[in-house]
Parts: sequence; structure tokens; C-alpha cells
Amino acid sequence: MSKIANAFENGTAFIGFLTAGDPTIDKTVEYILAMEEAGCDLVEIGIPFSDPMAEGVVIQDANVRALKHNTTTDDVFDIVRRVREKSDVPLVFLTYINPVFFYGYEEFFKRCAELGVDGIIAPDLPYEEKGEIADIARKNDVDVISLIAPTSKQRIQMIANDATGFIYVVSSMGVTGMRSEIKTDLESILSDIREVTDLPLAVGFGINTPEQASEIGKIADGVIVGSAIVKIIEEHGEDAGDALREYVSSMKNASNE
Amino acid sequence: MSKGRYGEYGGQYISETLMNELIYLEEQYNHYMNDPDFIDELNTLLKEYAGRPSLLYYAKRMTEDLGGAKIYLKREDLNHTGAHKINNVLGQVLLAKKMGKTRVIAETGAGQHGVATATAAALLDMECEVFMGEVDTKRQALNVYRMELLGAKVHSVKSGTKTLKDAVNDAFRDWIARVHDTNYVIGSTMGPHPYPQMVRDFQAVISQEARQQFLEKEGRLPNAVIACIGGGSNAMGAFYNFIDDEEVELIGCEAGGKGVDTPYNAAALTNGEIGIFHGMKSIFSQGEYGQIAPVYSVSAGLDYPGVGPEHAYLRDIGRAKYVPVTDEEAVEAFEYLSRTEGIIPAIESAHAVAYAMKLAPTMDTDDMIMICLSGRGDKDVRSIAEYRGVELNE
Repeated sequence: MSKIANAFENGTAFIGFLTAGDPTIDKTVEYILAMEEAGCDLVEIGIPFSDPMAEGVVIQDANVRALKHNTTTDDVFDIVRRVREKSDVPLVFLTYINPVFFYGYEEFFKRCAELGVDGIIAPDLPYEEKGEIADIARKNDVDVISLIAPTSKQRIQMIANDATGFIYVVSSMGVTGMRSEIKTDLESILSDIREVTDLPLAVGFGINTPEQASEIGKIADGVIVGSAIVKIIEEHGEDAGDALREYVSSMKNASNE
Repeated sequence: MSKGRYGEYGGQYISETLMNELIYLEEQYNHYMNDPDFIDELNTLLKEYAGRPSLLYYAKRMTEDLGGAKIYLKREDLNHTGAHKINNVLGQVLLAKKMGKTRVIAETGAGQHGVATATAAALLDMECEVFMGEVDTKRQALNVYRMELLGAKVHSVKSGTKTLKDAVNDAFRDWIARVHDTNYVIGSTMGPHPYPQMVRDFQAVISQEARQQFLEKEGRLPNAVIACIGGGSNAMGAFYNFIDDEEVELIGCEAGGKGVDTPYNAAALTNGEIGIFHGMKSIFSQGEYGQIAPVYSVSAGLDYPGVGPEHAYLRDIGRAKYVPVTDEEAVEAFEYLSRTEGIIPAIESAHAVAYAMKLAPTMDTDDMIMICLSGRGDKDVRSIAEYRGVELNE
């Protein structure tokens, strides 16, 4: 079992996302550690990609900033190596599948295992295409995190049965980004999934306020926040440490109210 | 492994949120393609509205001038809206209507697919929004206005390289938020299954007619079929019904831009590598670490960093070959066909004309070449003038 289970032992988990290399590689290392210190239970590290099709504008822009100074997959592995010198916080990559395919599946997952990456979320690898990486990831003890969307319906059974680590429940239709209101009937989706699996269920897409975190925290095992964190980094650049600590701590608390 | 494979290529590499919609689309597609009423309605639209069958024209002056193989032009430029794009769009928009959708979206490069989609949406009373890279809205301003005249809303896409691939990204982003009432009408043989198959089937009318026309006019099939290729829809349409006729050579002409040894081209099959992008495994122009590379071509319609999965497969099994044609060669062919035959081709199609100009003189006078003249060139006149340094006054 990977370290991912640890993330869900301390009340409702708070899962934070940032894009590697935004604003710099050094700062990404610093911000991951700052978020952990403030109560982040699991960190999703985004590997920058030229065409992040599932992302809204905020994270698209972070990808552009990271790629502007040529953040590479090897740089992202280096970020993990440096974080691991100081921390055991569970780490998961959020990546489109092409950079992984290009790197070579064997080599990519071997490095994940060596450096201590616990899981991978690939938004363009649905259940039907999971075979691309499932065996190699398992061999290297890296969980392939499954996504379930409001449109998944009869697919929930098959996806949840096959899931490992935790399940990423997509709160709303559309791309990532901050939303003022989440209208999906999450409770019924979560209960449908719970009929199939005991894995922790974390909800993401659109969550940015403590009020939303508190609401989701009551029904889910984890709250995932990406765009709001990336927005703080965009606004504060190289001085985002304090703002991130403050935000993560308020969101972790709210998730457990 | 998922459905929709061409060898190792194809598949459905797309967000979970869209999976049920793709499965539904495939079901509905299969259902209606077996429904005689639907086929009847589509064929009537193709005949009465789009003006099919398109002519197979013997280019006598060009043939005599080049002094080799007999050259035939498959005149997709004479279709309503001026390109082959209408064939696919009438099929997909009619399907969307039958599926109960009220809105269609499309990506567009040169604007031809956007214009065709806006046209079909107007005809079939559907809401229509088109995504077009900001760079392309500038080089094809006339088509933007044309789409607006047809009642469509055009989004100028400012992300990434601001061209066709970014328009595709934004179209997918829109669709994922509105699958309940919207169908994404993809313009080429690309994207996740069932799109490459569906677009191929709707475009296959090109080679279905051409095959028949050759048998009627010449009593035999051509020696070579030449088509330009960006994503690959007119090429796949022109090739498809000849695939089993092994004596017919199939040649796709990619955008060689300023040269395949420069960074300024869109020749994925010449320079690219296997990858996974826009819902499919295929061949893409990529940089180090698998970032999708910015591509360039004088032609907005070929300015795409990949090709449809079936083309990648046809290349691998040796059934089709793909060659790069530079901007300069294409512009010369654009001018040549205008002068020689009185036909101004789309700059995309001019890539195929350019290769035919090289190939024909090497062939016997008994041989025959078919060029798929995928579109007309009115839309390109301004940018070709610019390329030649001619200033046109407003």
C-alpha cells in the first residue's frame, strides 16, 4: 500500500495542487513544504503540458509560465527528490499522458518508485485506456487514481471496482477552475460509489472557499483544491509562502468543521 | 484496449466526463447509419443542397503543359461553401439533430469547417459556436464574418499557439461543460473514437464517386490519388474506396512550410513521433519531453501538429505514402492552376497540386492522376498577395 492511505487518517483530507515550475523549480519545492506544514495532507504536483485540455484558464496560465522557462519532466522529478529530503507527505502527479508516454512508461514509473511518488492522475486516460500504464504502475507501487464524473452513472461500478489509492470525484461538468456554486448532486454520486468501494473519496473541481470546503468536508473524505492555490501563486509569485500557509490552513480547518 | 483502433493508433484518450457521451454518440451513429430514412435524408441534402456529385474534371491544359500523366481534378471546391468540409458536416449536424441536441460547436483552422458547420446549423436550425485561433481569425477574417452572417458565434482563441490545435482544445473545454445539449462537430479524421471513423465515412463519398467516375470515363482506375493532409479528412475521403485497389497509389501531401529541415513546418508524418493527444494515439510533432510542438504553414487548414490515426496506420502498413510540400511550392501551384486551368484552388489543396506537378512529368502519358481539389481559393487571395509582397487596398 502506498502512502496515500496516510493522507486520509487525519480527519477530512485537504489535497492541494500546484503546477511544477511555477514560478520556479526552487519555489515549487518551498511551496509544497509550506502547504504540508499548513496542514495539506496530500500534494498533487502538475507536470506542465503545452495543451492542458481539462484545465480552466488559471491552471492553463500556470502551465504556460512553467513551460516558458522550460520546466521538464526531469526537473519535476528533481522537485520530488528535494521534497523527499525533508518530507514524507504523500505526493501524486497530475499529468496528461503524452509526457509520460514520451518519457517511456517503464522509465517514468521506475523513477516514481525510486523517488517516492505515490500516485498518478492522468485526466486523459479513462478506464478504457488505463491498460497503457496499469501493470507498470502496479509493479512500481504507484497508484493510478481513477476519476468519476457527474456523467459517469453506470460506469461507476466498473471504475470504482478497479480503483486504487483514492477516487477523484469530479464535482461539476466542465474544466478545472473556481466556481461560486456547485450544483451537482454529489451526495448521491458519493453514495453510489460507496456501494462499490471502501476507498477514500476526494472531491475536486471548482472548490475555493472555506464555506465550500466545509460543505464538501461533511460528505467526502477529501477536499481537492487546485485553481485557488495556483491563483495565489500567480498573484504573489516568489513571495507566496505566507499566503499559501494561511489559505491551506483555513481550508483544512473548514474541511473538518 | 478501447475501440476505434487502426493498428496501435486511435483509441479514446479523453476525460471521464466525456466517455458516456462518446459511447452514446457511437451508438447513435451506428443506429442512424443503418436507418434508410436517415441515409435518404443525408443523400438528399448532399445532392440538393451541397451539389453532389462533384465533377471529375480532366485538366487538359495542365496535362499537356506538364507532358506526362493525365490529370483529373476531383472538384470538391464546387461544393456549396467551397470545400469538402460540407460532406462531413451535413452528416454530423443531421445526426446531432436526430440525437435531440440543440447546439453544435466546431473548431476551425482556415475557417472552411467553421463556415460549413455554421451553414449546416443555419439550415437545420441549430445554435452554432465556432472556436478559431486568434492568429487564424486574422489571416482568414473573411471567413469569420461569413460565419457570423450565417448566425454563428465565433470565439477567438487566445491560448497556446492561437491556431488550430488550440481551437480544438477550447472546443473540447466547451463541450465538456455542455454535453447535455451540444454535439462537438469535429472537422477532420481525428479525435477520440468514433470521430476518425465517422468523419472518414462521411467523407468517403469523394472516393466512392471518383471511383465510379473513372470507370465511366476511362474504364479503369487512376494510377495515383493525391490529396493534401492536415488532420486528414479530404485525404481519407479521397483514399478510402481505393484502399483495396492496390494498383492505385495513395499520396498525402503535408505542409512542409519553410522546409522540413527548419522549425517552420507542419509535417507531422515526416518529422513527428508517436504520441497521445486530442483523444487519440497517432503521430504528432513534438518537442523534447513530449510537449506538442508549435507548427507553421502558409495554409491555416494544414497548420495542425498531428494526423488522424488511420493515416498513421496506412503509412505504417505501406498502403499510403506522405510527402512534404513547402509553402513556396504550394504558392507556385496556386498560381499555376489559376493561370493554366482558370481554377483558383485553396492553398491547402495547392499542396496536392504542387506534388502532382512534380509527379506527372515522370509518368507515362497513359497514366492517370487524380488530385483531390479539396477547396476553392477565394479565401486565400489576400494572404497569397501578402506572400508575394503585393499590397491590396481596402
